Amino acid sequence: MDLKFSNAEPSEDERDAVDRLLGFGEGGWHGGERDEQDYRRAHTGRAARSRRHLVMEALHAVNDRIGWISPGALNYVGKRLSVAPADVYSVATFYALFSTHPRPARIVHVCTDIACMARGSKELCAGLEKKLGPAGANNGWKHSPCLGVCERAPAAMAVEAGDPPHEHLIGPAAVDAIVLALDAGPAALAAEAPPAMAVPQAGQEGLMLLKRVGRIDPESIDDYLAADGYDGLRRAFEMGPGQVIGEVKDSRLMGRGGAAFPAGVKWESTAKQPATPRYLVCNADESEPGTFKDRAILEGDPFALIESMTIAGYAIGAARGYIYLRGEYPRAFRMLRNAIDRARGRGFLGDNVMGTGWGFELEIRRGAGAYICGEETAIFNSIEGYRGEPRSKPPFPFEAGLFSKPTVVNNVETLCNVPLIMRMGGAEYAKIGTEGSTGPKLFCVSGNLVRPGVYEVPFGATLGDVLKLAGGVPQGRTLQAVLLGGAAGGFVRADELDIPLTFEGARANNTTLGSGVVLAFDDTVDLSAILLRIARFFRDESCGQCVPCRVGTVRQEEALLRIAHNGHNAAAVGRDIGLLRDVGLVMKDSSICGLGQAAWNAVESAIDRLGVLKESR
Amino acid sequence: MTVFGAGGGTSSYREAEDADLLVFWGSNAREAHPIFFHHALKAIHKGAKVYSVDPRRAKTAEWADSWLGLDVGTDVALAYGIGREIIHAGLVNEAFVRNATTGFDEYVAAAEPWTLEVTSRETGVPAELIRQLAHDYATAERAQICWTLGITEHHNGTDNVRSLCNLALLTGHVGRWGSGLVPLRGQNNVQGGGDMGAIPKNLPGFQDVGNPEHRAKFERLWNVTMPPKYGMTLSEMMHAMDEGHLTNLYIIGENPVQSDADSSAVGRRLENLDHLVVQDIFLTKTASYAHVVLPCAAAWCESEGTFTNSERRIQRVRKALEPPGSAKDDIEIMRLIAERLGRGWPQQTAEQVWDELRAVSPKHHGMTYKLLDERGGLQWPFPDENGPESPFLHARLWDKDPEKRGQPAPFGTPKHSLPVDKLNDEFPLRLTTGRRLTDYNTGVQSGGFNSPIRFGGCVDMSPEDMARLGINEWEVVRVTSRRGSVLAPARLEPGLRPGLLFMACNFPDEVDVNLLTIEANDPISGTAEFKATAVKVEKTNDDPGRENSIADSTDYGRYDREFAPAK
Repeated sequence: MDLKFSNAEPSEDERDAVDRLLGFGEGGWHGGERDEQDYRRAHTGRAARSRRHLVMEALHAVNDRIGWISPGALNYVGKRLSVAPADVYSVATFYALFSTHPRPARIVHVCTDIACMARGSKELCAGLEKKLGPAGANNGWKHSPCLGVCERAPAAMAVEAGDPPHEHLIGPAAVDAIVLALDAGPAALAAEAPPAMAVPQAGQEGLMLLKRVGRIDPESIDDYLAADGYDGLRRAFEMGPGQVIGEVKDSRLMGRGGAAFPAGVKWESTAKQPATPRYLVCNADESEPGTFKDRAILEGDPFALIESMTIAGYAIGAARGYIYLRGEYPRAFRMLRNAIDRARGRGFLGDNVMGTGWGFELEIRRGAGAYICGEETAIFNSIEGYRGEPRSKPPFPFEAGLFSKPTVVNNVETLCNVPLIMRMGGAEYAKIGTEGSTGPKLFCVSGNLVRPGVYEVPFGATLGDVLKLAGGVPQGRTLQAVLLGGAAGGFVRADELDIPLTFEGARANNTTLGSGVVLAFDDTVDLSAILLRIARFFRDESCGQCVPCRVGTVRQEEALLRIAHNGHNAAAVGRDIGLLRDVGLVMKDSSICGLGQAAWNAVESAIDRLGVLKESR
Repeated sequence: MTVFGAGGGTSSYREAEDADLLVFWGSNAREAHPIFFHHALKAIHKGAKVYSVDPRRAKTAEWADSWLGLDVGTDVALAYGIGREIIHAGLVNEAFVRNATTGFDEYVAAAEPWTLEVTSRETGVPAELIRQLAHDYATAERAQICWTLGITEHHNGTDNVRSLCNLALLTGHVGRWGSGLVPLRGQNNVQGGGDMGAIPKNLPGFQDVGNPEHRAKFERLWNVTMPPKYGMTLSEMMHAMDEGHLTNLYIIGENPVQSDADSSAVGRRLENLDHLVVQDIFLTKTASYAHVVLPCAAAWCESEGTFTNSERRIQRVRKALEPPGSAKDDIEIMRLIAERLGRGWPQQTAEQVWDELRAVSPKHHGMTYKLLDERGGLQWPFPDENGPESPFLHARLWDKDPEKRGQPAPFGTPKHSLPVDKLNDEFPLRLTTGRRLTDYNTGVQSGGFNSPIRFGGCVDMSPEDMARLGINEWEVVRVTSRRGSVLAPARLEPGLRPGLLFMACNFPDEVDVNLLTIEANDPISGTAEFKATAVKVEKTNDDPGRENSIADSTDYGRYDREFAPAK
């Protein structure tokens, strides 16, 4: 490799953080001490380059320990993994949770995204500004996109770098708690709310996906086993891979991540590929603003995902699965790590799963604050240690996905339906819900509601039903609009509550379920500010790879800003709405991936369905 | 040539992409042959294994799965060690050796003393790595050995090449798609120059001056009688000048005052000539010695003709610009000289000259300009307009029919011989030379372009040597050999081990490396031992400006500034 290193050296702590992950470097060519052997031999070819996929993990190790990644640390990671430090830098700067500038060990990320905006994040930030000075790493606090804690909005994440690092999700966040986290460290904060707090239905009879949340100790495999745990995998082993895929196809399970692609078809086409190894990737990069359903499962019933992935891995003939978990879910990370260790300890993972002779391993890879990594090919690049830029399709993941091998990518919720299907049989499962949308569905219900949280309903419930479950808007307020599907989704009006929340129902009403976001805004919310926030989100999260999205998301935000300033000038607003339509169409038609294609959805629906911007005249 | 009967790389560039193993031996192709290395990179990305055999851990070695850091000038020994291991491990391609080679028994005997231990001691390469390379090379489905001046620029360069050919014969890695021996050429048309007879023993198309039949063809065509005597190699010319036999010289497109070993000696010789003519596109340092300078057209843009690259591919070159001033096309200059000498040569187009070549060179016979145009170039041999092309040479060696197999390829038994310029207490350091990615030969053609990664003339040293001698990076030091002395800034290079130095040949106006190098020539190729000079390095207070000018444009501080860590 043509590696060019600067003279910067890592500190002892940085070196130690990386060495603990990678082991000690062997000799001078790999970041260790130069010795006489180095004068005559070096092995920096394929074997050295094959560890590239550890770049993100190494950056996490440094960032977790020090709080930021120095040029010396970039050099050291590059040397250890045979990657140019410029390349390591390009990766580090892609992800919002990494910093390549010095910053204090303690920092609080304060969510300013749409769900938190509806519930007072603006006031929270104003309070922090008064107390700590303007947002910025050096003042200890930063604005953040959605942290996935919308049921407890406004949310914040306190981080303290060190050995070990401390991370803590705060919600609802108040100025005092944030100041305490900065002064005394996140450890001084009151314990996080238990996982079941995100699930108001917890403990109720009849739940299928959430039935264990709040009922079992999420850290105990015995609890899990006592609550039907691993029955699904047992059934799968009885059936054999072919029949497992057959049952999943019969169940007509559709992907719950947003694209609603039939899971069985995905599995089947991957299993048919001759190339090996095949990989399974669980997309737990739940970053769509307003989405937190996967977190509820990961924190409340982590073994369910482990079992589900084992079944999926068995069905498609994968030897290894990756859980790509968003970096903002520290508790989910701890729960999953524990669950994997326990499962391995009991023989549910490893080279001989449940004595069948079949081997399967799971690995968690943490994201680092990049919405785009939830895109099904960007996730591969991120796991492989690159910037999370989406790839052009074809080839599709089932042909050439992770490490260019056949790969299945499924969302957490999608996978967690699989044990159900194994136990019930595909045909029986398909009877739940409607013709076009089978099974139970989780909705992330947040915003101005009495009981926000994750709700499980069989497909077929209407928007009104779901809002009623959450207690509706607080007394004295009126519902203004509902955002379905998150920032990439669309608004519907308060008089459209009879829309059935099914794939076909949403389609028929010209909207989308997306990732299951149901975000309610009452009459106190300034929707044009919400639109601006959505536009800012896409501008910030665009990976910049393709022009329509890179430029389009900037133009969209600019136009919305102008409209906000020119509200009185109807002609100017009209011109900008025309521009928004043109830019939106170009993004939709010609962006590489779904981010750019969907970046205009919410704004478009707000203009056409709600008439928001016209109202501002 | 001696082994296979034709002088040229055996393989096409494309084949490297399909190789399973690439051995870069005495070649830093990543920097010195970047175009070829792009083909190599395709192979690497497809999974090919790469070895680098080079005293320095240079850029190519950084891409290699294993780097073998041998001592300068121990290539023959290392090749024997590898060959012996292949033999003792039972990995010889016996059918190929039986059918297509001669001299195997003698080779086995010559290799026998070179056990892994002996080889390791002589070369400095760990025994395990020698074993690994031997096994990987012998068992690879398709393997290429690629080499360059690290092999040839030695007093025994031909023996070095022979040693590598032996390995290919042992394992049958020649004459098949993806397997071969690949000498990488340093210039776009080195192969073409040789093919066209710019070799003292050759007429165009590898035809022998000493062979009356070959000569007769040319005599008929040109209606002349040709002297049957071989010409002189460059080193023979140097001697002839020393002895006063050679008094008139006509140099076309060469800059020996800066490119040849022991350059001060070259300058003295040129000064003593009765008459020197230099034909070049630039007024080079050599041209400054000339009585007459003939400015000529730049071959790649101001002239029509052909180039032949390392894979023996002839491609057309088209004129894009009129040459400036009184510069003339090479063909026209030759014609005018012939005219002054009383021979009325006809005015010919490049195509007419090419057709004349086709008439006498069987290897080129089928290549009309029309076909060269249509096919974007063709590889020789191409005797017949109806093809086929020959992507690789020597497939005949694999033919079942002994008749078609033809002359078998002989093993050689070269002797290991250390560099002529011996290390001793006074000159304890080994200096080797080469080029950098940014620059090319004496820098006449590349020096005019700015490059952010050029750091100019300097001496690369290991961190250990710099520490031992108390030298700071970019401090100017004096480097002295038995022939001369230069001042050069020292540059830290971890790719070097203690005792090994490196200087690039590309900046003779800043640091004239060839004041140091030795004119110890290979008896067959005539190439000097540029790769092995015994030197000493001393701290100095001398101002380089007084002795040899380090170009003002080279801003060393800039490197420090730009590569320093962000504050």
